[in-house]
Amino acid sequence: MKLRFCILISAIFFTPVGASAAVKKPLMSANNDIYDIESLQRGARNFMNYCSGCHSAEYIRYDVIGEDLGISQSQLKEYLMFNAQQTFDTINASMTPEDASGWFGQAPPDLSLAARAKGTDYIYTFLKSFYLDNTSPTGVDNVVLVGTSMPNVLWELQGHQKYLQNENELKLEVYIPGKMNEEEFNSFLRDTSNFLEYISEPVKIKRQALGVKVLFFLAFFMILAYFLKKEVWKDIK
Amino acid sequence: MTDNTKKIENNSKLLAWIDERFPYSETMKEHITEYYASKNFNVWYVFGVLAMVVLVIQLLTGIFLTMNYKPSSEEAFSSVEYIMRDVEWGWLIRYMHSTGASFFFIVVYLHMFRAMLYGSYKKPRELIWIIGMLIFLVLMAEAFAGYLLPWGQMSYWGAQVIISIFGAIPFFGEALVEIIRGDYSISDITLNRFFALHVIVLPLALIALIFVHIVALHEVGSNNPDGIEIKDYKNDQGIPIDGVAFHPYHTSKDLVAIIAFLMVFSLVVFFAPDMGGYFLEYANFEKANPSATPEHIAPVWYFTPYYAILRAVPDKLGGAIAMGLSVLLPLFLPWLDRSKVKSIRYRGWIYKFALTTFVISFISLGVLGVLPADGIYVSMARFFSILYFAFFLLMPYFSMIDKTKPVPDRVT
Repeated sequence: MKLRFCILISAIFFTPVGASAAVKKPLMSANNDIYDIESLQRGARNFMNYCSGCHSAEYIRYDVIGEDLGISQSQLKEYLMFNAQQTFDTINASMTPEDASGWFGQAPPDLSLAARAKGTDYIYTFLKSFYLDNTSPTGVDNVVLVGTSMPNVLWELQGHQKYLQNENELKLEVYIPGKMNEEEFNSFLRDTSNFLEYISEPVKIKRQALGVKVLFFLAFFMILAYFLKKEVWKDIK
Repeated sequence: MTDNTKKIENNSKLLAWIDERFPYSETMKEHITEYYASKNFNVWYVFGVLAMVVLVIQLLTGIFLTMNYKPSSEEAFSSVEYIMRDVEWGWLIRYMHSTGASFFFIVVYLHMFRAMLYGSYKKPRELIWIIGMLIFLVLMAEAFAGYLLPWGQMSYWGAQVIISIFGAIPFFGEALVEIIRGDYSISDITLNRFFALHVIVLPLALIALIFVHIVALHEVGSNNPDGIEIKDYKNDQGIPIDGVAFHPYHTSKDLVAIIAFLMVFSLVVFFAPDMGGYFLEYANFEKANPSATPEHIAPVWYFTPYYAILRAVPDKLGGAIAMGLSVLLPLFLPWLDRSKVKSIRYRGWIYKFALTTFVISFISLGVLGVLPADGIYVSMARFFSILYFAFFLLMPYFSMIDKTKPVPDRVT
């Protein structure tokens, strides 16, 4: 009886790893800055090289990226436009959605608005949180999105992570190093998340500057209106 | 004759020509240059005109959105992104419209609160209040219909939840739900009819009601922070001594308020158009997907107090009734309030206490409506729902026994 009770109690406190993984882990901060044009340029390069094979971004056009990030037409064509003929095209994935569904079970989502829907912290943490899992068809699972059908496409850079369960802490640890050290990999992810935030709302890098002008105009207008009101009301006690 | 005097003469000739055929000068006098309102209006009195400003913003931006928006379940979501990215200044038009929706409720809630502060719904202004409440109901419908149009996840699932509330009505509830949706689930057909409602039916109703609201107001005259009638003291020309003409006095004051409002409005439009997910919900940047329910469905912030009341009642029909009542109860304020005085300035501590409790309950319910309905939040929502209803249902009693102060004859 006592033994059974102990087993029951320990079962409550030491829940299996799978169950703990489902518990929401706090997201890491992407700490990105959409006004950092160089970071956005690097992010664009990362996106085209590592993401656009599978993921489309159907609402963003190459020429908009070129104009906003200071990339010339010829540079666009040479370095970024792998799946497009014209600079006004939007970003298509190399794979067709039909093939993708066949290979991965579902088509990879379009990423135009991913950063607005989920936030850059989510994307940053997600891309950092793959770990080896022999039971998964892709060989990996993810702490942020358990059971994801996305393989760890950045393994070459990050290396492979193992899921460790120390005392009370669940931890991912790189045990086969990749081409980048942790700091390099973090900044790679930061640039990529940054680019995703930019494509989710390209006008964001301009609207605040316009807002400042509008506010100055209104403030000036406010002064005039205030003195007009004072003048009109001067005889009313 | 100089050019200038000639111009004036021609103008007055034209005016005379018009006035013989249309009461132009008379209307201008009655409603603008010789409409007298109290000179002691404070900041609470700007929200009526601000609501008008927001209405104009919504109508103008709405027209341009309609030029590029596609009301079909296939294209709606991408046409909104097309407006945001490819239409010249489309992002600004869209953000003004989405921000305008939230600001409409902010100014209307404050406008209604002003009426509660100074007893503006009391005799002889009961009709103005009732028409105002109808405007509020139409505004809620307008906002609800508009929220479906971007066809995002929250548009879809929010509409799903709200429309299904009608299903709680016994006997014909399910049939009613089908009539509203026009389909067995929310679909392209629902989107189309909501578009029709949002751009034609409801705006027309809104404009007509606002017109009647103002006609009724100008018939009896505006209330003031003292809650007394300025018409009781007129000078020998028949002009209220404590009144000043709407134009140029109140218009010049309103202009300052309008610019201040536009500055706050611009802060949101240019610097935080999604307001941390409250004005534009994050889940709405994913296209509507009927087969994937979002983890947490919350209506937009301006509906959350009522939504919290809905969820506070364990029974579906009971919840629907409680929610309906919570929206409709303010309609009866003119008769629930038995106080001899209008303005809070001359009311006793009981009403002040009750009104404060009401405001705290309303805001708390708004916060609770955003949070998931579990644990302590449900109990809290119940507690504040009871306070919300108690404010209205006990008002005939506490407003009568509340000790009032003597009201001055003239505005202070």
